[in-house]
Amino acid sequence: MTDTAIRIENLTRDFKTVSAVDDLSLEVPAGIIFGFLGPNGAGKTTTINLLLGLLEPTSGRAEVLGFDTRTHADEVRTRTGALLEHPGVYEQLTAEDNLEFYGRVWRIPSDERQARIQELLTHMGVWERRKERAGTWSKGMKQKLALARAMLHRPPLVFLDEPTAGLDVVAAAAVREDLESLAAREGVTVFLTTHNMAEAEKLCSQVAVIREGKLVALGHPDQLRARAGGPRVEIVGRGFSENVLNLLRGRPEVIAAGVENQHLEIDLRQETDVAPLVSLMVNAGVQVEEVRRGKASLEEVFLTLMEEEK
Amino acid sequence: MKDDILTVIWKERKGLFRIRGRRAQALLGIFSPVMLAIYLPLQEGARWVGSPLSLLLAFVAPLILVGISIPDSFAGERERHTLPTLLASRLSDRAILFGKIITSVAFGWGVTLVLLLISLVTVNVANWDGHILFYKPSILLAALAFSFLIALLTAGAGVLFSLRAATAQEAQQTLMAVLLIPPMILQFALFAILSSESGEARFREVLASLSFEQVILVIVAFLVALDLGLLLAAMARFKRTRLILG
Repeated sequence: MTDTAIRIENLTRDFKTVSAVDDLSLEVPAGIIFGFLGPNGAGKTTTINLLLGLLEPTSGRAEVLGFDTRTHADEVRTRTGALLEHPGVYEQLTAEDNLEFYGRVWRIPSDERQARIQELLTHMGVWERRKERAGTWSKGMKQKLALARAMLHRPPLVFLDEPTAGLDVVAAAAVREDLESLAAREGVTVFLTTHNMAEAEKLCSQVAVIREGKLVALGHPDQLRARAGGPRVEIVGRGFSENVLNLLRGRPEVIAAGVENQHLEIDLRQETDVAPLVSLMVNAGVQVEEVRRGKASLEEVFLTLMEEEK
Repeated sequence: MKDDILTVIWKERKGLFRIRGRRAQALLGIFSPVMLAIYLPLQEGARWVGSPLSLLLAFVAPLILVGISIPDSFAGERERHTLPTLLASRLSDRAILFGKIITSVAFGWGVTLVLLLISLVTVNVANWDGHILFYKPSILLAALAFSFLIALLTAGAGVLFSLRAATAQEAQQTLMAVLLIPPMILQFALFAILSSESGEARFREVLASLSFEQVILVIVAFLVALDLGLLLAAMARFKRTRLILG
C-alpha cells in the first residue's frame, strides 16, 4: 500500500446551484484514523460517496489507495469497507447471515469466512446472539454489526459516516472502543466523519474541518487547538471578584479573564509562568484550590472556525 | 459475474417475505391465485385441461406474485436504507439487478407452476373417472411460456417503477395499476368490436383464420419483445450514480 491512502485534488460536486463539495484538496496518510469534521450538510457524506465512486465529481479528482475514483471505482469499492449514514443491516436476516452475505460478496473462502465472522462478533461481544434476527437488536448492536461488516474482508481502508450518531452514551462508547481496537489491531486506515468533537479528539490523529463543502482547517487536533487559541489557565477556588478580574485583565500577558461555572478561566498570549498571576490573586484575597493549564478543546476550535467562516 | 448473481440470489431468497408487516400482504397476494387454481378447474370441469381458460392462471398468478416481490426487493431495499451499503460493495450494478430479478421471476414462475399442478390435481379429484386428466401439450407449453414471460414483464416494469417510487407499497400500487390497464383496454376494445354485428363477424372471421398455436405464437412474440425492451430499460436505469441520489 502507498503511504497516502486518499489523495483529493480540487474535488467539486455540484447539485444544481449548490456545491456540496467545493474545490476540496487534502491527503490522508495510510494507517491513521482521519477525522472529517463538519456540521450537518457540510458535504461529509457527499465526499464519502465521491471517494467510493458512487457519485461522479463535477470537477477535480480523487485517488483512493492509488485508484482514480472516476475510472477505477470498482477497484476502490473492492478494497474498502464502508459504514454509511445508515447501518444498512438486513433486519430480516440473522446477524450471522448479514455477515455471511457480505462475506460471500467479498468472496472470502467459506472456512475463512466462518472464522472471521466468529472473530469479529466475539470481539464485539455479540457472538452468542448471532442467530437472532438483526431487526430485534438495539441500535448500538446494529451499529456494531455494521462495523463488523465494514471490517469483514480486512480492507486497508474503511469509511465510517458518523458511526456513533444517534447512539446513547454507553453504546457510542462501546462502538468507539471497538473501532479503536480493531483499527489498531488490523492497521487499517479509517476515514471517519463525525460532528462529535470529543470523539474526533479521542480517536483521530489528523482531522479536516469542512463547511459548505470547503476545507477550513487541516492538521493534528493539537495543531488546530494551538491555531485557534493560545494557552489557557483554569483556576478553581473562591473569591473571583470583579476587582480580581480587572487586576488580571490589566496584566500584559493576559488576553481575557472570566468566570465560568465557578472556575476562573484566563487566556494567555503565550506560554508563560503563571506563578505571578496566582500570587497576585492570593494577595487580592482569592482562595486558590487548584491551578490547571489547558488549551482550547477541539469543540471550541470547531465553533471558532464555523464563526470565522460566517 | 455468475458468482455475484448467485450471492445476490442467496440473500434475496433468505429475505423473501420475511419483512415484518409484509408477510400478511404476501400471504394475501398468494391467496387469490391459489383460489383461482382451485375455483376455476372446479367450474370448468374436465374441459379445464384443454381450455384456453387455464391460461388465465398463467397470466394472473405471476403478475400478482412478482408484482409483490419485485417492488419489495428494489424499492424496499431503498426504503429500509440497505441499498447504499450494497452499492458501496464490490458487486456490479448488473449482478445486483439480475440477482434480484432472477429471484423474483423464479419465485413467481415457480409458484405458478405449482398452482398449475394444484389445478390439475383439483380437476382430477373433482372429475375422477379412472383416467388421469392432463393438460393438452399446446396448452401446457403456452402456460409455461406465458407464465415465464409475464413474470419477466412484471419484473422489468417493477424495476422501473421501483426506481421512481419512495416506498415499496407505492411501487406495488403503481405497478399493479399500470399492468392492469392493457387488459382493461383490450376488454373495452373487444366489447366495442363485438357490439356491432359487422365487427363481431369480422372478429370471428379473423379468429377462424388463425389456429390456436398461431395466436399463442403471436402473443409469445409480443411478450418477448416487450420483456426485452423493459429489461434493457431497467439495465440502463439501474446505475449506482443514479441510485445513490435516491
